Amino acid sequence: MSDTYTPTGAAEQFIEHGEDIHDTKAPSGPIERRWEQRQFDAKLVNAANRRKIKIIVVGTGLAGASAAATLGEAGYHVTSFCYQDSPRRAHSIAAQGGINAAKNYRNDGDSVYRLFYDTVKGGDFRSRESNSYRLAQVSVNIIDQCVAQGVPFAREYGGLLDNRSFGGVQVSRTFYARGQTGQQLLIGAYQALERQVAAGTVEVHTRHEMLDLVMVDGKARGVIVRDMVTGEIESHTADAVVLASGGYGNVYFLSTNAMGCNVTATWRAHRRGAYFGNPCYTQIHPTCIPVSGDYQSKLTLMSESLRNDGRIWVPKKAGDDRHPRDIPEDERDYYLERIYPAFGNLVPRDIASRAAKYQCDDGKGVGPGGLGVYLDFADAIERMGRPAVEAKYGNLFDMYARITGEDPYTEPMRIYPAVHYVMGGLWVDYDLQSNLEGLFVTGEANFSDQGANRLGASALMQGLADGYFVLPTTIANYLAAGPFEPVPEDHPAVLEARQAVEERIQKLLAVDGNRTVDSYHKELGHIMWEYCGMERTEEGLTKAIGLIRELRDDFWKNVKVTGEAEELNQTLERAGRVVDFFELGELMCIDALNREESCGGHFRAESQTEDGEALRHDDRFAYVAAWEFGGEKPILHKEPLEYEYVEMKARSYK
Amino acid sequence: MKITVNVWRQKNADAKGEMVGYHLDDVSEDMSFLEMLDVLNEQLTLAGEEPVAFDHDCREGICGSCGVVINGIAHGPEVTTTCQLHMRSFKDGDVIDIEPWRAGAFPIVKDLVVDRGAFDRIIQAGGYISVNTGSAPEANNLPVPKEDADHAFAAATCIGCGACVAACPNGSAMLFTAAKVTHLGLLPQGQPERESRVASMVAQHDAEGFGSCTNIGECTAACPKGIPLDVISRLNRDLLGALAAGQA
Repeated sequence: MSDTYTPTGAAEQFIEHGEDIHDTKAPSGPIERRWEQRQFDAKLVNAANRRKIKIIVVGTGLAGASAAATLGEAGYHVTSFCYQDSPRRAHSIAAQGGINAAKNYRNDGDSVYRLFYDTVKGGDFRSRESNSYRLAQVSVNIIDQCVAQGVPFAREYGGLLDNRSFGGVQVSRTFYARGQTGQQLLIGAYQALERQVAAGTVEVHTRHEMLDLVMVDGKARGVIVRDMVTGEIESHTADAVVLASGGYGNVYFLSTNAMGCNVTATWRAHRRGAYFGNPCYTQIHPTCIPVSGDYQSKLTLMSESLRNDGRIWVPKKAGDDRHPRDIPEDERDYYLERIYPAFGNLVPRDIASRAAKYQCDDGKGVGPGGLGVYLDFADAIERMGRPAVEAKYGNLFDMYARITGEDPYTEPMRIYPAVHYVMGGLWVDYDLQSNLEGLFVTGEANFSDQGANRLGASALMQGLADGYFVLPTTIANYLAAGPFEPVPEDHPAVLEARQAVEERIQKLLAVDGNRTVDSYHKELGHIMWEYCGMERTEEGLTKAIGLIRELRDDFWKNVKVTGEAEELNQTLERAGRVVDFFELGELMCIDALNREESCGGHFRAESQTEDGEALRHDDRFAYVAAWEFGGEKPILHKEPLEYEYVEMKARSYK
Repeated sequence: MKITVNVWRQKNADAKGEMVGYHLDDVSEDMSFLEMLDVLNEQLTLAGEEPVAFDHDCREGICGSCGVVINGIAHGPEVTTTCQLHMRSFKDGDVIDIEPWRAGAFPIVKDLVVDRGAFDRIIQAGGYISVNTGSAPEANNLPVPKEDADHAFAAATCIGCGACVAACPNGSAMLFTAAKVTHLGLLPQGQPERESRVASMVAQHDAEGFGSCTNIGECTAACPKGIPLDVISRLNRDLLGALAAGQA
């Protein structure tokens, strides 16, 4: 795309190279026939055999609960695990906006092909065409299924389903349930899951955390979990293992993720041989409530819809600490409207986020620590009247007022970007199977469908597509060869994994230093946010790798984990997760350093156009980076991406 | 500001618990209530004491994990979840009592953590529509009047936190149970199982050891999602229908 590109290969010192991946198991032929072809080619498991087959599902969010329920209905014996006290609390519940489906109920020109096209383009040409097409195809079945379960989607007066436009696309294809779509979809999946518990096909273990994967003869055959109430280490074996354990945004400490979200299940599988795909692809959401102090534990997202009527600005003068209402109009910089006159305040998430960072870097940020910009509704209130603004945004304004103690009707809101979603995750093929036989990965935990950037209302779609429709078909193809030889509890592989878990716990408790787990997690988060956040540079990433290694060494010398192993011990739980975040954070930095281009949520300062926009290098980086755990150095396997249907173009929002 | 908290400490389900007082010298009014507990736990850890165990996850009022009794009120002085309560609702020098949900059907696990597994079992008893994946008809084949859909949605916003049980003098979970009965009973999809659902969910509610509902209304006053008391009237009406049909 650019002839000025000069790669430096700065990542080479940290990595090794492995073989490329050429077969992802997607059928060839016309794209609209590929999924049907795969369904037809996939082997079936007869109903009598399903009863004898055991499947472990880790996680009970949209991707996990839907998979466990559907596999239970099919007659398999399913064992499900979640770290929460009820499967209904998984973090899918917090998704606000909606779920996309190519129903074309609005007759506005939408189609499966258009949703596919938008997904590939939105992912900045770093996702697979075959996967994205299947996602768009299956999207219509998801809505049917959820409605039949009783999910109370918004409706029109005629009683039919309502749609809205979301995330900057030109058609209205988003189904929603006020600002609580994730909650309603998850409750639907949870109810389907509990129905199977009652039917005896699914066993749910709440307050259990997966701490290792059991591999027997090259196949995933079980997990080691910790009962978080008693501290007991348990081994569970099965014919196949499904990881639906969500994303790893909490590597940044502060994110919009729930406090318990972690990478341990997928990271432990990675250490057992599963490839990690595109770990550096993170999505940073521009409209979150800023940090108010060092005690801050999480960030709260404010719906992106606020940018439809709010105007974003900062004072023109750096360090201007006057009250916003005392700053006259000509001393304000409505920077998005100035730089992007065509799209103004509605530019895509990554652009809006980065622009806010640049203003704050220049000392023009507002609020505590200068990390915030104003989102001002004064003009909207004057134009529409306060009642209209209340009707449209009342619940969001209330939420803002509750958290900040400020009244957004009389003074502008302060917003700042926050980590929200990760597109990276365990590498999977078209069947959602990792490179390890018998290990399947669904939802945010895999890397597959969103490329380098996810469109709004597409995460819920992917979680449910994977769990309700894709996995139940593809896993059968694998299980048709089963049931496999049972793995006894005292099998050497089980004992080895168990012992590794127990030793790690004892090691954590034995350090007995003088620094808290959270203080390390916060410091790691600072490093990641500073050097592997909205903008990444060769210098910063190289520095971050060194800092993370130092911090990890210090952790193992000075961390203080109170309490004992054989009890409910929340400090111990967090310590175990932080250990894995250290290793993941390092790999994210290495992946970001290796990807010497900007694409989607990954912005390398060295690779931008004259206008400061992301510049891809398709000739060198149109591949999935699938990392194999290599001890000292991770091993890079490249999966080339080919585009037969959508022409690769550069984005422009000016 | 300076705050004193008296916290229920209990090592495990079998241990005897007690209220223990702690002082915090530097509490910001912008902290959430749970961040205040985080600060306390950092302080305890550095002093070599065990931090206070409490349930929490999303910290944005939707997962239903958190919930403690603050100065005798479930979720504290504002009508919201504990995670959305902020320290600006308190003042310098305040003494705050923090206890777990108190209900026989929610046994204490440790400190402020209780076992709410009974809620899952009530849902297992019938809080669903029996439809297997793949068998659903086209979504728009079944129009639902907007008013019914909106009411069903309002009932479906229950987050299963358990504040209703903690607030009820009888320790009843009728608001939780009725919210689900109402959500599904208002929708055409929920009609085939309407009577059997209410009968088995109420039976499970009673089997779990929750108390009976005597229409006091403390539940709805404490509910962070504002689930209205009339869902219980609807449950009672459906239960009568089920009795008449010989289902209960």
